Amino acid sequence: MAPCQSTFDFRLYDFQTKNMKLTLKIWRQKNAAAEGKIVEYPIDGIEPDMSFLEMLDILNDELIVKGEDTVAFDHDCREGICGMCSLYINGEAHGPDRLVTTCQLHMRKFKDGDTIFIEPFRAKAFPVIKDLVVDRGAFDRIQQSGGFVSVNTSGNTIDANTIPIPKHDADRAFDAATCIGCGACVASCKNSSAMLFVSAKVSQFALLPQGKVEAADRVMNMVAQMDAEGFGNCTNTGACEVECPKGISLENIARMNREYLSASLKG
Amino acid sequence: MALDSKIPGGSISDKWTNYKDHINLVNPANKRNLDIIVVGTGLAGGSAAATLAELGYNVKAFCFQDSPRRAHSIAAQGGINAAKNYQGDGDSTFRLFYDTVKGGDYRAREANVHRLAEVSTNIIDQCVAQGVPFAREYGGLLDNRSFGGTLVSRTFYAKGQTGQQLLLGAYSAMNRQIGRGKIKMHNRHEMLDLVIVNGKARGIIARNLVTGEIERHSAHAVVIASGGYGNVFFLSTNAMGSNVTAAWKIHKRGAYFANPCYTQIHPTCIPVSGDHQAKLTLMSESLRNDGRIWVPAKLEDAKAIREGKLKPTQIAEADRDYYLERRYPAFGNLVPRDIASRAAKERCDAGFGVNKTGEAVYLDFAAAIERYGIDQARLKHLDENDNALVVQLGTEVVANKYGNLFQMYEKIVDENPYATPMMIYPAVHYTMGGTWVDYNLQTTIPGCFSIGESNFSDHGANRLGASALMQGLADGYFVLPYTIGDYLAPDIKMGTISTDSPEFEQAENNVKQQIVALMNNGGSKPADYFHKKLGKIMWDKVGMARNAEGLTEAQNEIAAIREEFYKEVKIPGTADSFNPELAKALRIADFLELGELFAKDALHRNESCGGHFREEYQTPEGEAQRDDENFAYVAAWEYKGSPSDAVLHKEQLVFDNVKLVQRSYK
Amino acid sequence: MAKSALLKSSIAKKVAMALSGLFLMLFLAQHFFINMTSVFSADTFNSISHFMGNNPLVQFVIQPILIVGVIFHFIMGFVLEYKNNSARPISYAKNNGAANSSWASRNMIISGSVVLAFLLVHFYDFWVPEMVYKYVDVSPLNETRYFHELAEKFESPIRTGLYSLSFLLLSLHLWHGFSSSFQSVGFNNKYSKSLKGFGYGFAIVIPFGFIFIALFHHFNH
Repeated sequence: MAPCQSTFDFRLYDFQTKNMKLTLKIWRQKNAAAEGKIVEYPIDGIEPDMSFLEMLDILNDELIVKGEDTVAFDHDCREGICGMCSLYINGEAHGPDRLVTTCQLHMRKFKDGDTIFIEPFRAKAFPVIKDLVVDRGAFDRIQQSGGFVSVNTSGNTIDANTIPIPKHDADRAFDAATCIGCGACVASCKNSSAMLFVSAKVSQFALLPQGKVEAADRVMNMVAQMDAEGFGNCTNTGACEVECPKGISLENIARMNREYLSASLKG
Repeated sequence: MALDSKIPGGSISDKWTNYKDHINLVNPANKRNLDIIVVGTGLAGGSAAATLAELGYNVKAFCFQDSPRRAHSIAAQGGINAAKNYQGDGDSTFRLFYDTVKGGDYRAREANVHRLAEVSTNIIDQCVAQGVPFAREYGGLLDNRSFGGTLVSRTFYAKGQTGQQLLLGAYSAMNRQIGRGKIKMHNRHEMLDLVIVNGKARGIIARNLVTGEIERHSAHAVVIASGGYGNVFFLSTNAMGSNVTAAWKIHKRGAYFANPCYTQIHPTCIPVSGDHQAKLTLMSESLRNDGRIWVPAKLEDAKAIREGKLKPTQIAEADRDYYLERRYPAFGNLVPRDIASRAAKERCDAGFGVNKTGEAVYLDFAAAIERYGIDQARLKHLDENDNALVVQLGTEVVANKYGNLFQMYEKIVDENPYATPMMIYPAVHYTMGGTWVDYNLQTTIPGCFSIGESNFSDHGANRLGASALMQGLADGYFVLPYTIGDYLAPDIKMGTISTDSPEFEQAENNVKQQIVALMNNGGSKPADYFHKKLGKIMWDKVGMARNAEGLTEAQNEIAAIREEFYKEVKIPGTADSFNPELAKALRIADFLELGELFAKDALHRNESCGGHFREEYQTPEGEAQRDDENFAYVAAWEYKGSPSDAVLHKEQLVFDNVKLVQRSYK
Repeated sequence: MAKSALLKSSIAKKVAMALSGLFLMLFLAQHFFINMTSVFSADTFNSISHFMGNNPLVQFVIQPILIVGVIFHFIMGFVLEYKNNSARPISYAKNNGAANSSWASRNMIISGSVVLAFLLVHFYDFWVPEMVYKYVDVSPLNETRYFHELAEKFESPIRTGLYSLSFLLLSLHLWHGFSSSFQSVGFNNKYSKSLKGFGYGFAIVIPFGFIFIALFHHFNH
């Protein structure tokens, strides 16, 4: 494949940088029903300062010029917060860097001549839509089953400072609430378990007085929905915590287990 | 059509209350018979959809992302303003109102801004009740910080992820209603046209992004909450998918587009690193509290730095130009966003830029590290003359305050910002302009409403920090649910609206024709090629500083690119499948029209105000020169078949409660 | 709803797995201490073994519970493994599990299966003859036979080697299993770190202790 320079006659800036040559092995799958396979794409002219997704942008523009279909992948904010980007890169969710999403991964993490495997997040509960794009609707349905506080909007809820919340609890609730719902936990887990995701939401509300009222129903309903979606079971390997771009702690899973047990025993 | 802003009578502080007391209501049983479409699920759309469903309406919500939780409101960092006066520092509804009008350089509608300030406190109560984990003090009460140069601490926050937490709050409220069946959620759908029946908005045409199917959806009212159009610049801090399409489609169907040229360029973003760059990343404004902004004072030093022959730390103190401190001794590095951005551009244009592209300035924490280090050394009774110790202690303090931002910078730039000054440059961040709406948030099309960043209403020519989240949630939770009821009251007996009417047919064919034309044009260039070209024109000629000559050129150039686009763009794949390139091209097509109107609006506004800076209209010191006599109006453009033919309508702005003065930060 | 959900749900299975595991670890610990006495004193070993083999409480209450526990833990282990595998029908072309988790945690089914195979042999070696001796043949009580039976099993180097190998795998199983079972029942707090350390100690001391006993008897024969 020709270097990317040939596909673009429009350049914003013109300066020298060192280029990398890579071999990409990308999962291609036409649609949900079709069979997929790994296809190899050589790519040249990749700069270390590029983000991983910018590298895929270049590949796609080359494919368009060659008259081929582009590689579909999910992405949106490109600053690590929307949770849209996924990708299983060289055997790890969001690639080899820690505490980053794929959009924050930079090519300087790779070497000239590397072969890079790029696959979708795989789980029965995350069916492939096309190529690297998967359907994470299961996460939405779990949230719909109980991931909320039942309070209507009105102009006269009690004043925000009526119930003081210990800073420690508020901070831990916040830490759990920073989950971006990307699905890296499911993708990394050998069992495709969604427990880290579900426990983050359960924990956020379990730690706040506003969430306590419905805590028992919430955990029972969310776990039931999680099971119905076909996720596997947690065996505490801890892979999810390591690969989570937001560093959501396993402590949340333990908390969910406790919440679940106490809710079950209460009946 | 003459513009009627429908501002209620009475004194500014009574308008909203009086209004609510006298509007038409729909009884709960009848709400069940009314459908409302909400396009976009960010703070405005998400909160509106949830609240309307709680009230009993049948809501059909649409977003192009795979989940409503991913709307770009999620990326807002700093915080949300509310006139709670928890700090007892003299804040009030009026003060928030006043600051917002002044911050907008006197180009916002007073009545709307006052209403925004009034409901701001309800937002915080509502979000806390939903379980949004705001930052708290050790006593368990909510914490505040100050923001954007105001004189009080009124910003509520959740670390650097306030937007995320607020959006997840609205998303959870939506989820509750989706679970109850009151919201029908359509993920991965793009609205591609508005359907008007008998003069009223009655539905939309949407493309299912997974299957490619063109779908008809009907409703008694349509709410557009599709965000801003900063991506017309190609490079911005917006998400890749952020687009103007929904707002532009209603514009083409009759909604006026107001003040398109008002765009906020945020001064502290990570500079462009190369031509591969797809988007820019914001660094919180809070960094300017401790960072000093400078460029080399000598051109040869700047050149040597660009060529990698000199390091910033090798430039002697005397050879540095702290240009903000030099030009604005009173406010220094803390001047408002528009002023800081223009000053950076001025230095870089003069050849003093410091990265390889020549478009970056330094944000230096060395002085702060030293100051904090000496403080700490004294506190701990250590040797304040031990330089290494002072640096170490100071670095710890800075890391505590800004650690996550420094880490983000290091991930992207691969340089240690504690040791080498950060490089920053302004980037497009927010668009104050948008669809024109009246006090009811209704566009010039009856039954079509516009809320959040997609409308023009509350920020005038410049938005204050932490006010975007406030406006989105105010519109969605507390304003629209009232005003839309007033509109819908006469429709209770209508029953479901059929999608078989000729109007739906026509709109669907319109969309299908555009897609067929794009797919079969025999072109050869990727859609991005045109987007980048558009972005470069916008940035160079319609960006931070504009002049009549450049704006005229820009209009012609954009029209030419648009023509080329339809001939030359190449979209791979098929229209009836998941096709991100097709979705992208359809958005770019609309940006190519908006861009031209944008330049036209900037050209007609012969003054400088807020984010709109015309080089011809500046004070002798190079500051923005407003013309209140001739331009204290909202410019609302009516579509007439092409952006160049758009017709201007003026809504005169009346200031009864705030005195118009020239802003000064010297 | 609560009760049936407790038995069916993923978390319930996980807790059941953890509780049966914890119970088996307790059993393992007491078994280890009894065996260890064989190194120091054949008599002590004989008398404790006699007590365990003939006390009705141990024989007819604890022993059935133990057998049920063992069978439950193994069956549940295989059921969960099957379910978890089916949660990802297409596996990754390239997976780098070592980057985020330990071999032991990812391969509990392998270490567990080896331990199961060992247990079958162990039952064949000791428990079946014991049951036959006591309840089928109804042989006379002999309070001193136990030490001798133990020692002679470790004569064969092959058996001793296999015995040691299976305890090595048990060590790996416990390496993950100990702290994992506490996490599963919801125990994760400021003591967890020390508990994890203790678990690693347990996973080394107990299995290697068993190996030591085997080698001791092998070489002292």
